[in-house]
Amino acid sequence: MAEMVCIVCPRGCRLTVDEASGAVTGNSCPRGEAYGRSEILDPRRVYTGTVRINGAALPRCPVKSSAPIKKPLIMDVSRQMDKVTLSSPVKRGDVAIKNVLGTGVDIIVTRDM
Amino acid sequence: MNWELIVIGAGPAGLAAALAAYDKGLRKIAVIERDRYAGGILNQCIHNGFGLHRFKEELTGPEYALRFIDRLKDTTIELICDTMVLHITADRQVHTVSAENGYQVYSADSIFLAMGCRERPRGAISIPGDRPAGVFTAGTAQRYINLEGYMCARRVVILGSGDIGLIMARRLTLEGAKVLCCVEIMPHSSGLARNISQCLKDFDIPLYLNHTVTEVTSANGRVSSVTVSEVDENRAPIPGTQKVFDCDTLLLSVGLIPENELSREAGIEIDPRTNGPVVYENMETSMPGVFAGGNVVHVHDLVDYVSEESARAGEGAAKYVLSGKTASNEVFIPITNGENVSYTVPQRVRPANVEGSIKLFFRVRNKLGASVIKVSDTSGRQLAAFRRVSMSPGEMENIFLPKDVFEKALGSLCVSASEA
Amino acid sequence: MYDVIIVGCGVTGAATAFTLSRYRLSVLVLEKENDIAMGATRANSAIIHAGYDPEPGTLMARLNVKGCEMAQELCGRLDVPYKNCGSLVLAFDEKDIETLHVLYERGVKNGVKQLEIISGARLREIEPNVSQSAAAALYAPTSGIVNPWEYALAMAEVAALNGVRFLLSHPVTSISKHDGCFTVSCGSEQFDARYVINAAGVDSAVVHEMVAEKAFAITPSRGDYFLLDKSEGSRAMHTLFQCPGPAGKGVLVSPTVHGNLLVGPNAVSCSDAHRVNTTADGLAFVKQHALKSVPSVNFRDTIRSFAGMRANSDQNDFIIGFPVPRFLDLAGIKSPGLTCAPATGEYAAELLEKNGLELIPKESPVTSRRKIRFKELSIAEKQRLIAEDPLYGRVICRCETVTEGEIVEACHSPIPPVSVDGIKRRAGTGMGRCQGGFCGPRVLEILCRERGISPLDALKDGEGSFILFGETKAGGRT
Repeated sequence: MAEMVCIVCPRGCRLTVDEASGAVTGNSCPRGEAYGRSEILDPRRVYTGTVRINGAALPRCPVKSSAPIKKPLIMDVSRQMDKVTLSSPVKRGDVAIKNVLGTGVDIIVTRDM
Repeated sequence: MNWELIVIGAGPAGLAAALAAYDKGLRKIAVIERDRYAGGILNQCIHNGFGLHRFKEELTGPEYALRFIDRLKDTTIELICDTMVLHITADRQVHTVSAENGYQVYSADSIFLAMGCRERPRGAISIPGDRPAGVFTAGTAQRYINLEGYMCARRVVILGSGDIGLIMARRLTLEGAKVLCCVEIMPHSSGLARNISQCLKDFDIPLYLNHTVTEVTSANGRVSSVTVSEVDENRAPIPGTQKVFDCDTLLLSVGLIPENELSREAGIEIDPRTNGPVVYENMETSMPGVFAGGNVVHVHDLVDYVSEESARAGEGAAKYVLSGKTASNEVFIPITNGENVSYTVPQRVRPANVEGSIKLFFRVRNKLGASVIKVSDTSGRQLAAFRRVSMSPGEMENIFLPKDVFEKALGSLCVSASEA
Repeated sequence: MYDVIIVGCGVTGAATAFTLSRYRLSVLVLEKENDIAMGATRANSAIIHAGYDPEPGTLMARLNVKGCEMAQELCGRLDVPYKNCGSLVLAFDEKDIETLHVLYERGVKNGVKQLEIISGARLREIEPNVSQSAAAALYAPTSGIVNPWEYALAMAEVAALNGVRFLLSHPVTSISKHDGCFTVSCGSEQFDARYVINAAGVDSAVVHEMVAEKAFAITPSRGDYFLLDKSEGSRAMHTLFQCPGPAGKGVLVSPTVHGNLLVGPNAVSCSDAHRVNTTADGLAFVKQHALKSVPSVNFRDTIRSFAGMRANSDQNDFIIGFPVPRFLDLAGIKSPGLTCAPATGEYAAELLEKNGLELIPKESPVTSRRKIRFKELSIAEKQRLIAEDPLYGRVICRCETVTEGEIVEACHSPIPPVSVDGIKRRAGTGMGRCQGGFCGPRVLEILCRERGISPLDALKDGEGSFILFGETKAGGRT
């Protein structure tokens, strides 16, 4: 049995997951159940960070992964941010890095700059 | 020019209030912001986790702010940036200063206070030791790293387990810094459980509960080490429990204080429990026509509730302006905090002004297991009760109280919580 | 060849430079730190003492009373925040009341005016929050409070405008004596002068021994303070002392010129004069003793705690004199050194003249200074100022309402700052309740822009106090 705090929403439900069966208890919603199961089989996180931007009011532009990324890859993904420089203007949703590290997930801009 | 509503601060509270007032029919609304752009502190909160409650999706801080900022252009709301409010007066004049417009005094039918809060500095907790560079509040570090693009830390100890500190533990780690530990003087974290999990546990950063920083030492003007000690039940350091961490940075996440210098100077009544204005059911302060919402009233843990509370206040302001009168302050039910409850917002309810029900926010003093929240009046009569599986001081609670509770109440209402 | 080199620029060195700058002299000030007023001057009780503490007949007594008399006019002329709030020494028992009489007698002998011993009832009338157990007090209406580092800065700035040269980050490493002159070395750099003044504070014994036999020892004493928010600022209307003991004047509770409340210090002798750290025991001691004077002080409203170092010596009086010809010690300047400073500066000039330095007054030296303090201006003045320079319309420090215009002005002041705290000392940024949390990054940005330095080289305060390690996204992460 694995115990964990659900991070899907601020409620922070305490989940218990049966590794063998994948059964989740302690959740208050279906998303919590899905989180508990994925946390055992294939834990993932949304990455958020910044990349360089030229010509904007600030020198960094906030970005996020368009979908959760495999947790062990998060530090590697973070390093990829060093390799990109955007140019103003950008709009939220613009792709900063396509298919980051071959994950099939894009890194997208989260602020209009 | 006379405004129907002047909003002070274009963070999440101010934007929500302005838009809600607009939706209720006000057209002459100005939002005054001291920074160069709207969005407030959300702009530096680049992590996700915002908006689940309000928008049913997970947004980052800038994205959450844009949901509101986007709407402004379809309205007549005027956003006045890079402008500082210096004073507000009882006759609802707003004194401002800016490079562009100089010293301007605006008049308004109503004012909404949305100045937010500030971080407690090192001095507020008097950590002994040297006073070198490298002691930052978590929010200052967040600004340097996320907005300005500078690393202000390489090896870090974090004091306090507030949410900003936890979020910064993860941000610093992702940017290549080494976070050695997070130290919390209380037996429980003051941040959300999900942030302990995804910001500390994910990166194997230890959390020392019942510990505090007992000394800061420096070398060549920068932090060189931080001493952490265990504390006893009176929060006094226990001799002999010191651990020394070699580091270059001490990050502080030791609490937030509502920013009410303008409110205090104007003579608005402040609640010593929250450090924010005392508010009525519609978020009106003790000064008629002056409303407040968000972190300037009490420190929230979720921006979604800031928006919700402020929208209610914006609606209150619109109603006040359009009806041309305030609810009488003569008849109100004071709400007091009983066992295990540290404060409530609102603090006063005018039953005549309640439509349907009131959402009452409060915090508990201690971590509680399965509990009952009781609402009783001065005669001791219980008028409402609610169950919770658990409660924690780090997480704001809310209950809905229907109008009839206030109509029935004799004297004041007291909110208390106890383990079942 | 300089006429005079002053070693050290705390308030004593600054006042001496200020005095000498009125005369046709070439004067050089060498300061080891990267700003002036970095030692005892920056962290002390900020009191202009009336002059009843020092033993009659001492230099301290004479300079104290004179310095106190000079303060009000001088601060007005130099635009230094000063308030003549008066002081009260509280007596809690019979023994204390005896001490009040001793202090009163001393004060009268020293020439302190308007001193009086007042009853508990009268005390509570003029100081409503004072402890009920205070039975009587020595009232000194001539006492006041000042911004100590601004006092030093103002005098130094005027001296600089009059042509005195200031070299910061110049620690003196040796002094050699030749025929008719001294060579003062700062590492490989050398400066010659006919006269040398030793105003090196806690290092004054070291500097003394560069040219003369050991004659005294500096026995530094550290003290912890709390600075409280303006919400506590009216907790005391006067500077409230307790009866002095062997360790010093004891813990005081005092208003500050900025409207805050200052509480402290304790007194701990320490071996390392350059480590100015607070301690848990020291802070606890201060808190406990302050509550004896004013039981209602709310320490939850503390915005800063800090420690100060006093350059005490093993002598009973200031050490002022020539151990060798033309080398003047201004050493062991303990409390009330801040009060004495302008009088000490004049006394130093007098002594130099007696020892052969010709003092020819300049025709029209600068004698005053004006500063723009935006928040103190009227609305019309604010409007006019912003119309002239829009930077005065941009508030950077929101707690203290300090504008970008004032910060830019500080950046280009006669002794320019090199750190964020240097701006703080000149413009008052970060002095308020958030302690620079909000404005720190913006002040850094303005400092770098105006002084042409990289943010990566920007300092918080003294040498080495770097704020930033590098840019994010620089690669090389592990």
